[in-house]
Amino acid sequence: MNSYENPLRDSQDRRLPRIAGPCVLVIFGVTGDLSRKKLMPAVYDLANRGLLPPGFGLVGFARRDWADQDFAKVVHDAVKEHARTPFREEVWEQLLEGIRFVSGTFDSDESFERLKKTIVELDTTRATGGNHAFYLSIPPSGFETVMSQLAKHGLVERQPETWNRVVIEKPFGHDLASARELNAVVERLFKPQEVFRIDHYLGKETVQNLLALRFANQMFEPIWNNHYVSHVEITMAEDIGIGGRAGYFDGIGAARDVMQNHLLQLLALTAMEEPTSFEASQLRAEKKKVLAAAHVPTPYDRHTARGQYSAGWQGGEPVIGYLEEDGVPADSGTETYAAIRVDIDNRRWAGVPFYLRTAKRMPRRVTEVALAFKRAPHLPFTATDTEELGTNALVMRIQPDEGVTLRFGAKVPGTQMEIREVSMDFAYGGSFTESSPEAYERLILDVLLGEPPLFPRQEEVELSWQILDPVLEYWASQPGNPEQYLAGTWGPESSFEMVARDGNTWRRP
Amino acid sequence: MIVELKNTTSRAISAALVDAHRGVGSASGLVLTLVIVTGESRFSEVLEAAKASATAHPSRVIVATFDDGSESGLDATVEVGEGLPGDLIVLRLHGDLRHHGDSVCLPLLLPDSPTIVWWPHESPENLATDPIGSLADRRITDAAGCGDPVEALLRRARHHTPGDTDLAWTRLTRWRSLLAAALDQTRTQVTDAVVSAAPDNAPALLLIAWLKARLGVPVTYLPGDLPGVNSVVLSTTEGDISVRRFAEGRALYQVPGQPERTVALRRRPLTDLLTEELGRMDADDVFESAAAQVVTDAGER
Repeated sequence: MNSYENPLRDSQDRRLPRIAGPCVLVIFGVTGDLSRKKLMPAVYDLANRGLLPPGFGLVGFARRDWADQDFAKVVHDAVKEHARTPFREEVWEQLLEGIRFVSGTFDSDESFERLKKTIVELDTTRATGGNHAFYLSIPPSGFETVMSQLAKHGLVERQPETWNRVVIEKPFGHDLASARELNAVVERLFKPQEVFRIDHYLGKETVQNLLALRFANQMFEPIWNNHYVSHVEITMAEDIGIGGRAGYFDGIGAARDVMQNHLLQLLALTAMEEPTSFEASQLRAEKKKVLAAAHVPTPYDRHTARGQYSAGWQGGEPVIGYLEEDGVPADSGTETYAAIRVDIDNRRWAGVPFYLRTAKRMPRRVTEVALAFKRAPHLPFTATDTEELGTNALVMRIQPDEGVTLRFGAKVPGTQMEIREVSMDFAYGGSFTESSPEAYERLILDVLLGEPPLFPRQEEVELSWQILDPVLEYWASQPGNPEQYLAGTWGPESSFEMVARDGNTWRRP
Repeated sequence: MIVELKNTTSRAISAALVDAHRGVGSASGLVLTLVIVTGESRFSEVLEAAKASATAHPSRVIVATFDDGSESGLDATVEVGEGLPGDLIVLRLHGDLRHHGDSVCLPLLLPDSPTIVWWPHESPENLATDPIGSLADRRITDAAGCGDPVEALLRRARHHTPGDTDLAWTRLTRWRSLLAAALDQTRTQVTDAVVSAAPDNAPALLLIAWLKARLGVPVTYLPGDLPGVNSVVLSTTEGDISVRRFAEGRALYQVPGQPERTVALRRRPLTDLLTEELGRMDADDVFESAAAQVVTDAGER
């Protein structure tokens, strides 16, 4: 049976997409923002692109007292408002036949019995084949209950020829110990290859773009090391504040929220050696190696910085400070700006500091990885000729407007010899307008196809916490709260001092 | 281009800038040159399709039309910006110049990037030796745009060179992926196949040829009442796999041992087809073998 080769498939035939097998997607926490704005539209977009199987069920589980059609209405509206591809009635009808809603709470046995009944019903009427994916769009505190309920009601029993998979979202714990606990809960029921961790900031598309840039080209790799690179800046800045998410954000902070998963993943992808192939296992092996070689240098007061935004003007609008936000205690010590220096102890990167920073209420929303190069060892010009010349830089812009910028010196036209920086720019949006699928679309498809995810496994999560934990402990041990910075500026004074100590400056993204 | 934003924020201004850049387009971001060769008669229809496809793939679009005027000459319109992410050049070749279209197009191709020629309607006998066709890496024809689609497809298949494709093939992608997915699921041996389609339907000929070539079983044709391909039934050792279009955009999908289900299966608009074609620059080997089979089948008849 396993040796079956589909005669209609041919590796040359790249027009034919892989369509997921029949299955049910169960979403816990389906009434949340994320589910409405991202998950449901992503499911529709997949259906519209013909990538969902004819036998597909979507089950929502939440506390609301809804019937199937109420839920269908919510999905319908969410899809119409947020889907990437145009709305088409026939696609919607195909989807609608498999939409169910189960009203209940996580601790109610009766709700989970009903959930089981619903899934079994779909398995028979829609022939979803006993394949189930559980998407936990809920706070980690609910994991334990949901997992034990799934086990108790026999929802994840292994049958031959069927699969069960689970999707969990960041944060994966709040330190090493809690990450391990969380993992123990999940892995009691699911094998490592059945667990899909999503970091929605870092879509598979972005990862693959980075890999293509580094490893499909001849001209970048030779200079991708400490002979040429002076330092690397990895930035994720948001222009928004915490909005209504005080309950989630306060006590967590920018470092746990973004640095542990997103920025350290970007660091790993930027700094790792070439994998022997692009199989997920090979890629993970290289990422693990580089994360294991990374650490934040001591003393931490010199190589890290944290801050909190205060009231100010952001992009032409007056905004309040973090401590005035709804639900934030007036003496909160949670950082909204975090910057650390990471050193990587290997031959390629020894001596090259990697600066990671993330913050809220920055002047603009931007995520990028910038490699700053050393100055040319000798400049055959007079000092005044090159006064305006900075250093070369290669910037991989991740969002918005994904692309690559190369900065280099050029002569200013005229009779005088004057050299100044110019940029060469490439934008994915300009050269390929086939709009990139959303991170969630790729992820859901990977889950349904059982493609080994490019997303981190537990080892990587633990390695990231090992890098970050000492810094978090140091910050917590400090008297006094993070330094305030004006909303709409590029961060606190200490962050500029931190890089200045190494003779560097942050570039303005 | 001028964009006015009232009561706005820095964020909205940044977004408008990015959009505006994209709308104007710069030659460095363009990935391909699309040359469209068409007659004067259906000019506006083709121009619309060209603009739509340019929004999908930023490209330099060159539309070449011919007229038989006695005096040789060249008129051109150049359009940049105005919501187009690329350049649009409309060429009118008069008189004798029609035999030297390549000399006009060659200097206008983007450096290094691939060139695609599309004949939305009638096309020359041999694409690769046609003056303009010889400039291209990929050549796209559309049998459905010709007076006799079946004859046009046969001509295409007989003169196939790697890099040629016909939109008749592109129209089948969704059918083919449903059938392939059905076999992925059932993992059974196909013993026999039946394709039902409107008479003289070029895509149906290709679909039959593809199934024959891939499955190595007899494939029967049945005339159908609906336009295009109506249904495909694959008989397997476990029972029948069938996909039947019963209304515009909708089809019934049946695999052995499972309930019948409705799936979305629409006739795709021209822009979709062109977008899929422009997505790949390498030769389509699977189309080549299906086309070869079409020629064999025609010989048997």
